[in-house]
Formats: sequence, C-alpha cells, structure tokens
Amino acid sequence: MKTALEDFRLETRKWLEENCPASMRTPVKDSGDFFWGGRNATFQNEDQKIWFEKMLEKKWIVPYWDTKYGGGGLSDVENNILTQEMTRLGCRKPIFSFGISMLGPALHKFASEEQKMRFLPEITAGKTWWCQGYSEPNAGSDLAGLQTKAEDKGDHYLINGSKVWTSYADKSDWIFCLVRTDFDAPKHNGISFLLIDMASEGVSTRPIKLISGKSPFCETFFDNVKVPKENLIGTLNDGWTIAKYLLTHERQMIGGVGETDVRRELHEIAKENLPLRDGTLADPVLRSEIAVQGMNDSIFEMTIQRIMDEAKTGVNAGALSSFFKYYGTEQNVSRMELLTAITGSDGLVWESENEDAKVQARLFCRSKGNTIEGGTSEIQLGIIAKRILNLPS
Amino acid sequence: MALILNEEQKMLKDSANEFLAMNAPVEQFRTLRDNNYQAFDEELWQEIVEMGWTALTIPEEYNGLDFGYVGLGQVMEEMGKSLTKAPLFSSIVLAGTALVNSTNQGLKSTWIPALMNGTKRLAFAQDEQSYFDPSNIATTAIETAEGYVINGHKKMVVDGAGADGFVVVAKTDEGEVGLFLVDANCKGMAITTEVLLDAGTYAQVEFKDVNVGSSQRICETGKGDELLNLINNTAAICLAAEMLGMITEAFGQTVAYLQERQQFGKRIGTYQALQHRAAKLFCEIELCKSIVIKALQGLDEGAVNLDELASLAKAKLGETIKIVTNEAMQMHGGIGVTDDVNIGFYFKRARVAQRLFGDYNYHLDRYARLNAY
Repeated sequence: MKTALEDFRLETRKWLEENCPASMRTPVKDSGDFFWGGRNATFQNEDQKIWFEKMLEKKWIVPYWDTKYGGGGLSDVENNILTQEMTRLGCRKPIFSFGISMLGPALHKFASEEQKMRFLPEITAGKTWWCQGYSEPNAGSDLAGLQTKAEDKGDHYLINGSKVWTSYADKSDWIFCLVRTDFDAPKHNGISFLLIDMASEGVSTRPIKLISGKSPFCETFFDNVKVPKENLIGTLNDGWTIAKYLLTHERQMIGGVGETDVRRELHEIAKENLPLRDGTLADPVLRSEIAVQGMNDSIFEMTIQRIMDEAKTGVNAGALSSFFKYYGTEQNVSRMELLTAITGSDGLVWESENEDAKVQARLFCRSKGNTIEGGTSEIQLGIIAKRILNLPS
Repeated sequence: MALILNEEQKMLKDSANEFLAMNAPVEQFRTLRDNNYQAFDEELWQEIVEMGWTALTIPEEYNGLDFGYVGLGQVMEEMGKSLTKAPLFSSIVLAGTALVNSTNQGLKSTWIPALMNGTKRLAFAQDEQSYFDPSNIATTAIETAEGYVINGHKKMVVDGAGADGFVVVAKTDEGEVGLFLVDANCKGMAITTEVLLDAGTYAQVEFKDVNVGSSQRICETGKGDELLNLINNTAAICLAAEMLGMITEAFGQTVAYLQERQQFGKRIGTYQALQHRAAKLFCEIELCKSIVIKALQGLDEGAVNLDELASLAKAKLGETIKIVTNEAMQMHGGIGVTDDVNIGFYFKRARVAQRLFGDYNYHLDRYARLNAY
C-alpha cells in the first residue's frame, strides 16, 4: 500500500514538473491572475491555457470527485499527496471556481442524481462560472431574514427581489440562490435553494466599487424572472439546511483551509526593507509583532492539519468551520496590516506606471472585507459560543 | 505524522485521567498546601511509579517502557488538570533527560533505575537569576586532580528540598557548560527553600568549594551545551503539556460557570460580551492543542527544528494560560478571588509555570532569532 502511494507521489511529482509551465508556479498577485472558466472563458496568457488544459485532460480540475462527474476519482490520501506536491512546486490552481469549493459539496449532498449529472460535469470542465446569491440589502448578518421572493406558478417559480455581494455576478453564468418560498413560516423554515441561469430574462447586475478600487462584487436584481422547477435543489422550504452546509465550506475557503498558495515570510520582507542591527531587525516593537504573527500563522497551520487528521478518525469537525473562518481571516487582516507597516510608503502606492507597485495597497484594502464576508467575525464567535461551548441563548 | 494520539497513547491518557481523579483530585492539592506547603505525597509518588509513568521515556535497556514523550505529555497534561504535585517533572523530565542522554555509563547504570523505580530522586539546578538565561551561567566547575570544585548559587530548583542529589549546570575551564551530578550531602552545600505563589517549594542551593569526583560529570567535553539545550527544550515542551491541562480545566470550569450563574434573571452565558470572549479563548486553546502534540512528537522524532517547536510551545502556552486564567478569574466574579473555589489555584500555578524555563518574551525572542531576524 505504502509503495503504491509512494509511486503515486513520484509519478505526480514528475507529471507536474513536466506539465506545469514555469509562470504557473509563481505566486498569484491578486484575483486577476486566476483563470475563472465559464461560457465566455478568457485566459490571461498562453501558459494559463496550457496549464488548465493539461489538468483538464488529466481530470485533475477536481481531482477528488467521482469520475462519472468528470472528477479524477482520487482517494483522500492521493488527493492530499497531489495537493502537497502542488504546494511543493508552487503550482497555481488551474481554475478558481465557486462551483468547486462551494456549490459542488452542496450538490453532492442534496441534489438528485439527475441534477448532479446535469451540473457537476460542467463544473469539472470549467464551463460554468457560478456565483452565490445569499446576502440582500436588508439581510447581511441576519441572512435568514432574506426577502427575495419565489412564487409557485405551476411549472415554474417567479423570482422578484435583489441580492448583494454576489461575487462576479456580472461575469457569471449561473447563480445559486436562497429565495423565500414561504412568507408565513418562521424565517428559517421558508427558504429554498434555487439555481438560476444568469442569462434569464429579467436578471440584471450592477458592480459595487470597493475601497480597493476593484469591483469583485455586484448587486443582482431579479425582475419577474422565470425559473424552471427542476432547478430547485433539495426539499422546498428546507434551503436553510443547504445554506448552512454550504457556508461551512465558504468559511473554510475564506479562512484559507487547503490553501496551496505559498506566501512569503513577513520577516524576510522586513529584512529586505528595514534597517538591521547585528543581523536582526533594529525596530524591537515591529520585530516582536512579526514574531507573534509568525507564531500564530505557523500554529494555525498545524491546527488545520490536526483537525483534518481528527476528522479522518470520525471526529465531527463541522462547527469548527467557524473557528477556521474567524481565526484565518483575523490572521490575514493582521498580516496585511503588518505588511503595510513593514513596506512603509512603498506599500501605500495607489497609482503608478509600475503595475506591480500598486498591488499591495489594494490587497490591504481588500483584506478588510475578510472578517466581514461569509459571516462576520462576530457571527462566527456567536456560533462558537452557542454550538461548541453550549452557552445559553 | 498525523497530529493525533494513537490507540495506546489514548489509553494511557484515559487511565491517567481516571487514576488522578480517584487518587489526586484538586482537593488533594488543597490538603497538601494546608499541611504547611507539603511538596508532595510520598505514597502517591510510589503509586505513580507503579503506574509506570516514570518509565515512559526510559529506554528498554534500563527496563524502561520506551513509550515516548507523546505519552509522557499526556500524563503531564492530566496532572496539570488536577494540579497534581509529584516529582515527575524534576526527577524524570529534567534529571532523567540529562542521564538518558549522558555518555557516562557509570552514572547511567546507577541513577536511571533509581529514578525510574522512585527509590531516589534528583533535582535540576540551573537558574541563577530571577529570570531564565541558560547562556549566562556564572557557577563554575574548575578541574582539579581528583575531579572538580564547584562554586556558585542556584535558585528556582524544582523539588530541590529532600532530593538525593542535583544535576548542576556549571561553566567548565573549557568555557562550555558542563553538567555534574552532585550528592545532596556533599560538603559545602547549603540548601534553603522558598514557597512560591503556586504553593510549590523551590530550593536555593549554595555551592561553596564543593568537591565532586570526575566520574560525576554527566557528559563528555564538547557535548554540554547540546545536552543542556535538549534538557531545556524537553522541559519547555513538557511544561507546555502540563499548562495545556491547566488551561482546558480552568476554561472548562469557567464555561460551566457561565452556563449556570444567574444575574439580572438570566444566565450570564447569554451575554454577548462574555460569549465572544469565551469563544476567543476557545480558538486560542485549539492552537495550544496543536503545538503541544506537534512539539511532543518532535521530541520523539528528534525533529531538526526542535528548538523552534519548543519555543513556539512555551511561548504560545505561556501567553494563552495568562489570558485564560485572567479571564477565568474575571468571569467567576467575586467568588473567583476567594480561596473557597479552586479557580485561583490555576491562576497562581500558571504564573509560576509561565516563568519556569523561559517565559513568553524569552521564547518569542528565541523563535525570532532561530528564524534569523
């Protein structure tokens, strides 16, 4: 058994070395560096196209899904090896897809076989760009208070309302959406989970400009949009169950669980930028802040591994996704704050002829959203208090 | 390696938990304290020896169990939960590590069985100042025709009172540190004791022209610094394991109090101001669990980055136990600052455990130095 896995590791390493272009082994600067797939897929460059197509051919776009859905059919252990080898070489993910990280797990658990065969292969082929329709202008932290209405019109649902913070809705092909199907039931019991084609008549989007200067999010409007009934996932009025399940995956994604991107150590950047005394950083306060960040980053990584290892032995790690989301994003926000301190005025450049120079200030601004999106830090702490510590309501 | 316990390690942890709940609950700590700060209960210590805990890290060639530090760490953690007083840390973790890694076969064959069987015990004499600084040892061991003559003053010697001997850290003529096994009844030694905040007894040992034979040198020339570093890493990691037990117990008692204490007609655990603080502690404790098992595994594997793992463990646990015990006191309200409840014991023991073998600042600084910044 061990030899078979060792062989798999060596073959994988060899294949990645032979097939992953050098430029696809450099760290991504921001979300603009990703390939997103979809109906109107555009590659940033030739290497990105080669890398995606090689991985597609190998069925490694989603290596751990069943082959009947276009996955690679790898076991957990094999998939871990692949992830480790990709991290080792610094390989980028061939595609960034909410279909893989969020919708996919929910479809696996709640969709009918017919629905799985319809939607999953499109995800593994990178042909559908999915976005998420959860929050509304008046339903942020209180997500279950959402008001977008889906009326039963016999053979279809009629959708009216609006969503906010829909990631890349203006570029997406489909949206997975929480809609209210029962206005009389208690708020958690009248929600359904619906898949809507963004090309449907009556759907419109408007980008939201963030403090980072970018517009990854949109407002999405539904004006008498007809949605076929077969697009309902799971049971009518039981969408909250799916929503919660999916949120655990979103939290882990935002919290950085399973992240393969290699980040540079803060202390290395600091030593390049700041004065030294006897080979160590001359500023003792900043040095100790960097050490605290390094300590907690490093132990948080061990914690992800420990909880994954425990989950393999059958310990239920479900509620811990709030811990991952809370801690991972707080660490990222404090890392960006420190990075900004370390790089001084260079880290504040907003516009410049040098494109690379303006990346960091924008990432810094973007990071402020991390502790808000996908459930604020305060929401996560509330979940930990109630579900894990059993503190009373 | 997976960051989880294997079946045998789990069984050991469970049996330690069961044994201590039965034989050494926190109330026993209170009894010993009230009995003029008794250091430990000799009968309990012999039962611990019978449980095999003193043999866990002793190699098979000395009839030890060679079970490893992950196992010993589970015992330390359980002892932390119940604040068990026993010389396991001083005699096995500190002196035991010195002897097991010694090159002096004569000392090894005499002392390792005696420590493991609980017939004798040794204490470790390193600190000279009020802070931990193994790089500045002033105690000297000057070579003579028959051996060495030791001069110096040691403090914070854990379980030093009543020990049969001391493992003494001293600077040699070669300028490195040497470790010497000195019998407690050697001429020229003066042992005094102090009780610290945690109701523990710590010795100060004065060495005035103490002559020891050359056969008492624990490791050969050129290996002293390395051995001392290993002892200090082992001590930091095992203390971190003990602190993890204290943290989980103090936190568990605090959460239970939040669930039951009523004010303004409601249980105080309903208040968000307390809920969020408790949830933050939960997160920090999750990190503590990970670094402790990782560092214990590092000891067993002889990890190349053991220095870093030891400093991460002692720094993280040191800072977290400060926050957790402070919050435990605050959340217990008035009752928390009385001697009637046990929560204050954890707060007081924490402050001593934090200082022993390097505090948060020391280990954070060491972690940064190890990473060259």
